Amino acid sequence: MMRRYTTLSALAVLFLFPLVWSGWASFEDPSNYLEMARFGEGVGTYATNSVLVSAMTVAGTLVVSALGGYAFARFDFPGRNLLFLATLAILMVPYATILIPLYVLLGYLGLQNSLAGLSLVFVMFQLPFALFMMRNAFEAVPRELEEAAMVDGCGTFLAFLRVLLPAVRPALVTVGLFAFLASWNDFFAPLILLNDGASFTLPVAVVSMTQQTFGAIDYGMLQAGVMVMALPCLILFVVLQRHYVRGFMSGALRG
Amino acid sequence: MRLTAARARRAMGWVYAAPTALIVGVLFLAPLVLVVWMSLHRWPLLGKAAFNAPANYLKIPDNPLFLDSVVFTLKYTMITTVLLSAVALGLALLVQERRPGVAFFRTAFFLPGAVGFAAAALLFYGMLNNDFGPIDPLLRAVGLIDEPVKWIGTPDMALFSTIALVVWRFAGFNMLILLTGLQAIQVEVYEAARSDGAGRWQIFTRITLPLLRPTLALMLILSVTGSLLAFDQFFIFTNGGPDNSTVSMVMVVYREAFFRFDLGGAAALSVVLLVALVGVNALMMRRLR
Repeated sequence: MMRRYTTLSALAVLFLFPLVWSGWASFEDPSNYLEMARFGEGVGTYATNSVLVSAMTVAGTLVVSALGGYAFARFDFPGRNLLFLATLAILMVPYATILIPLYVLLGYLGLQNSLAGLSLVFVMFQLPFALFMMRNAFEAVPRELEEAAMVDGCGTFLAFLRVLLPAVRPALVTVGLFAFLASWNDFFAPLILLNDGASFTLPVAVVSMTQQTFGAIDYGMLQAGVMVMALPCLILFVVLQRHYVRGFMSGALRG
Repeated sequence: MRLTAARARRAMGWVYAAPTALIVGVLFLAPLVLVVWMSLHRWPLLGKAAFNAPANYLKIPDNPLFLDSVVFTLKYTMITTVLLSAVALGLALLVQERRPGVAFFRTAFFLPGAVGFAAAALLFYGMLNNDFGPIDPLLRAVGLIDEPVKWIGTPDMALFSTIALVVWRFAGFNMLILLTGLQAIQVEVYEAARSDGAGRWQIFTRITLPLLRPTLALMLILSVTGSLLAFDQFFIFTNGGPDNSTVSMVMVVYREAFFRFDLGGAAALSVVLLVALVGVNALMMRRLR
């Protein structure tokens, strides 16, 4: 028993050490953060871009998957199974192989180098997981609940808004959390889809900071960048852990 | 009357499903078609496209960087998957039972997984730096090394360091997957085995592992497909070096498109990867399930 706790503690130290070190290395000289703030277009710009992209991705994913999940749980429409399969197929197709055509396609749509275009791409990648979660959540709500609302004169949409959505709040939080973590942290999609420094999100901006200043990297400033990126996720995860694990348990996860 | 109501309800379903259909159609199915279309064309980053099939495919065997990247990526995938699975299984077994404090350890092991992969790569980049990072001084203090280690300076060490980064970042994630499988095993099964006199090792090999098979399969599929698509860790952490020794397949696609400005060639490589990966996926699902 004691031995197990010793092993666990040693492992926990090993796993937490890099995070603690990064925090310590960045705060050791607080001017790291001032320098970080002045880097390139200013960390404020990149953080704002990241916040915008994440907010649009979370909102978009919630709206699309809630409406879609409702459709799949409650309506029988032509092409229903085909559309569901097509959405799940997103999981089968490797992410990296469709980013080049997406880059060209967003150009046709006038959305190249745009945060809105990037967010739409993130919504698409989140959709299989989100739709699956939302469909299951709506199916678990007793039909009598909305039928009662409809008898009281609500249309389907009002019943959806007033009765169903509040009933599936935990699923909405889970879907929103996954969408936030994915969009805030992703590196590859913004690297390809954004080509102007002023529109970079934090991961691309901080990486370009190391690669531009090759040979003379300010490592303290770099760790300040790591902290700016990581802290919101760490805090959010610790607060909403239950919802994250619930998403896992539903079995619909994406690597 | 009823018929029209039913029809109206069916139409209603489409209204709610329309945003999903639009996103899937425009941002998933269309690029899927477009990547094939692009692969049949000379498609420069700037300028006009021209049909040239099958030139983009024919030149793939002449691309030594891509062939090397296939070998490297397979090697990386094998080592990473074995190590990651072993560590994740060990962690999951350690925190399997509900005991005081276990929740803390689960969180501690997962926490790196909440950090973005790009941030994690930059963190390791600083941590392993010979002048700035703490690892060299620590190892020197305990007498394990007496001169700086080239953590990403030699091909072998670059691979080793990258795998350490990946295991740190993803072990907790895989542990969570395995925990869901472990928790599905009924306590009674263990009790029955114990009362039959089975030892710990027997219980592990005869009960836990076989019953964990579907979950292990899921973890393996995620690990293999994730590793075959490796990009961030090599782009950020090793920059493909030293001497192009850590260039992954996806990195070659990226370079083809944005360094050599050949989107057609990159599309052809993407199609090859896509077909291969969907094949690997299907094969693994059939064998493992």
